[in-house]
Amino acid sequence: MIRVQQDDFDPGAEIARIAAGNTRVGGVASFVGLVRDMAGESSISAMTLEHYPGMTEKALAAIEREARERWPLEDCLILHRYGRLLPGDRIVLVVTASAHREAAFDACRFLMDWLKTKAPFWKLEETAAGARWVAAEARDDEAAARWVRE
Amino acid sequence: MRLLYFAWVRTRIGLAEEEVSPPSHVTTLGELVAWLGTRGPGHAAAFANHSALRFAVNQEYVGLDGKISPGDEIAVFPPVTGGRT
Repeated sequence: MIRVQQDDFDPGAEIARIAAGNTRVGGVASFVGLVRDMAGESSISAMTLEHYPGMTEKALAAIEREARERWPLEDCLILHRYGRLLPGDRIVLVVTASAHREAAFDACRFLMDWLKTKAPFWKLEETAAGARWVAAEARDDEAAARWVRE
Repeated sequence: MRLLYFAWVRTRIGLAEEEVSPPSHVTTLGELVAWLGTRGPGHAAAFANHSALRFAVNQEYVGLDGKISPGDEIAVFPPVTGGRT
């Protein structure tokens, strides 16, 4: 399931909902991404996430389909926020449920690595020196490349 | 053809979107970007370095050699940045 929203979310409630009523689920893995107050040497006062409405949902749905093809998932949630966020705010939630922990852990990590390089989001950081667009990082491409099948 | 701009491409051009009718010899994204670069100083600055840009045609990622048609929705943006988490 995909959700793209401006509003905050309740990780506990989302995690509880994923496994509710499905007794085939033996494990639920989750990742919550937060806004940090530092980027390198500069302190960040706020961050605005811009996205491409329509394409964002398509790209996230494609990433979910890919995860479901690779792992036997009972359920899966990708929830991504957009708009202006402050340090400590939640940005993203990924939840995966499977019969066994390996698939849940691996799929959760895969979804995070892939959405960071494939979903159309851009970050504008506000610092004391002004606002600046965050450049793509090679580190993220490397993380995503770990999952490329030979 | 509807063009959408995001992140610093949007701020350099000063528009989030625009409707354009490029000449008929413009049939690929690369040709479109070259033509768009002639539309004004903001466009020229935004499209100066092709390697810093990514493109989507009808909400699918496409390279500079991708074909375009008059009814397409074409988006131009920097590489996506989910980074730093």
